[in-house]
Amino acid sequence: MAAWWAEWSSYRLSDFLLFSPETYFRLIELYNAAIWPAQVVAVAIGIVILMLLRRPWMMAARLIALLLALAWAWVAWAFHLGHYASINWAAPWFAAAFACQAGLLLWYGLARGQREVTPKAVRASVGQAVLAYALFIHPLIGLLAGRSVSQLGVFGSMPDPTVLATLGVMLALRRPSWVLLPIPLLWCAIGAATLWAMNDPEAWVMPAVAVVTVAALLWRR
Amino acid sequence: MIDRRGVMRGFAAAGLSALCWPLVARAEGLNLVTRPIPSTGERIPAVGLGSWITFNVGNDPQARDACTEVMRNFFATGGRLIDSSPMYGSAQAVIGHGLRQLGDQAPVFSADKVWIGSGARGPGQIEASRSAWNVARFDLLQVHNLLAWEAHLETLFAMKAAGTLRYVGITTSEGRRHAEFERIMRSQPLDFVQFSYNILDREAEQRLLPLAHERGIAVLVNRPFRQGVLVNALARHPLPGWAAEIDCRSWAQVLLKFIIAHPAVSCVIPATRNVAHVRENMASASAPLPDEVLRKRMIAHVEAL
Repeated sequence: MAAWWAEWSSYRLSDFLLFSPETYFRLIELYNAAIWPAQVVAVAIGIVILMLLRRPWMMAARLIALLLALAWAWVAWAFHLGHYASINWAAPWFAAAFACQAGLLLWYGLARGQREVTPKAVRASVGQAVLAYALFIHPLIGLLAGRSVSQLGVFGSMPDPTVLATLGVMLALRRPSWVLLPIPLLWCAIGAATLWAMNDPEAWVMPAVAVVTVAALLWRR
Repeated sequence: MIDRRGVMRGFAAAGLSALCWPLVARAEGLNLVTRPIPSTGERIPAVGLGSWITFNVGNDPQARDACTEVMRNFFATGGRLIDSSPMYGSAQAVIGHGLRQLGDQAPVFSADKVWIGSGARGPGQIEASRSAWNVARFDLLQVHNLLAWEAHLETLFAMKAAGTLRYVGITTSEGRRHAEFERIMRSQPLDFVQFSYNILDREAEQRLLPLAHERGIAVLVNRPFRQGVLVNALARHPLPGWAAEIDCRSWAQVLLKFIIAHPAVSCVIPATRNVAHVRENMASASAPLPDEVLRKRMIAHVEAL
């Protein structure tokens, strides 16, 4: 046990980073070029979700869950499997997790999707704010870090804003299922660790939103 | 039991130049220091090329071409040994891309690793690696970080006996599992070992380097720059006067010559994706190398910064 701990404690976060920041952001640039204009469609879907949260109708949550499932499935297939796997051998596992989350969202939408949106609750307002942040502000943080527009990631195309948007939606639901939480939280940790290892200034955002989400869900209970 | 002091006294008494096995090789006018692989006597240049992080560029055509240029300059300046691993993402495929582009200009000494927890899946991984490299067979295969080393060594020794592999080795890095590493060095007929060694991380001097010399095992040295951190930290300081005594024009060359000058080191494998850096690294594999007295001054100077 002591030897095991001595070995594992000798590793730093950067020891697990397989690529340079230059390579990672260049990969995003090439990915963005390859899928254009899918980003426009994805953000439009995000705006529809935000509108559904603000002015819900009976089946709104069901439609939201289906749209989110579509986003998670796309990120699994197009980003993780189609691009990220070329520099990270763990990416197929990430794709499997994202596909699993898409399945869970489908289940939620079909099983519990009626009368779930509560636009006037405080927690729902926080959720809408998180979703708006994921859609409109988070992608722009990369500019402050010195990256070009072509290297930014938006909801529905990249994992981080997709996860943040999902957490926002969960806050806005009347009875969010805890089954939907582990994979987004796990990605918050993985995404933050990746950015932290690359000394990226936005590394703190994902854990911060994760903490806010869990705290708000617990508080509401 | 190794008498390290005795070994080091022997090195010093005989003079480093006599024990360093230097041989002059000409490439682009450079006088390359080469070292013999003790198990066969075959000589390899004392500076190789690592691929951790730097060559993991995925399918980016521009970055792949940049890596090919690094390889072209590496070979043009006399380099031969390139080291990679299935752990390094797309690095093996990027090396294979470069070798295809360079064709006959690439007299590569291919050093790769097996890195999988299942011994039974080792041969499959090795074949996938060979295909990615685009080589007929590997020159050297090493068990990466001692993962499932018993089963993989059995596979590698069988490959060597069958003529589908030339050399067998094991690796570790950053000082991990040195005691177990030493036991394997004592019990197995290894051709190569690979571990970390640099001007600040010198644990290998205690037992592994003397043991490799005693048992006739070639030594590959990884992390000569602590993944660039050491070079970046030293860049703020001017080169000391003694750097000129050993024809060093940069801190990177100082750090590499320090390593190469150890008599038990066969080849150091710095990783880079920069053409100027690879040429600078290769220029380090040239005489004069620091003697033991200067090496001690180098350590004292760097530790004081």
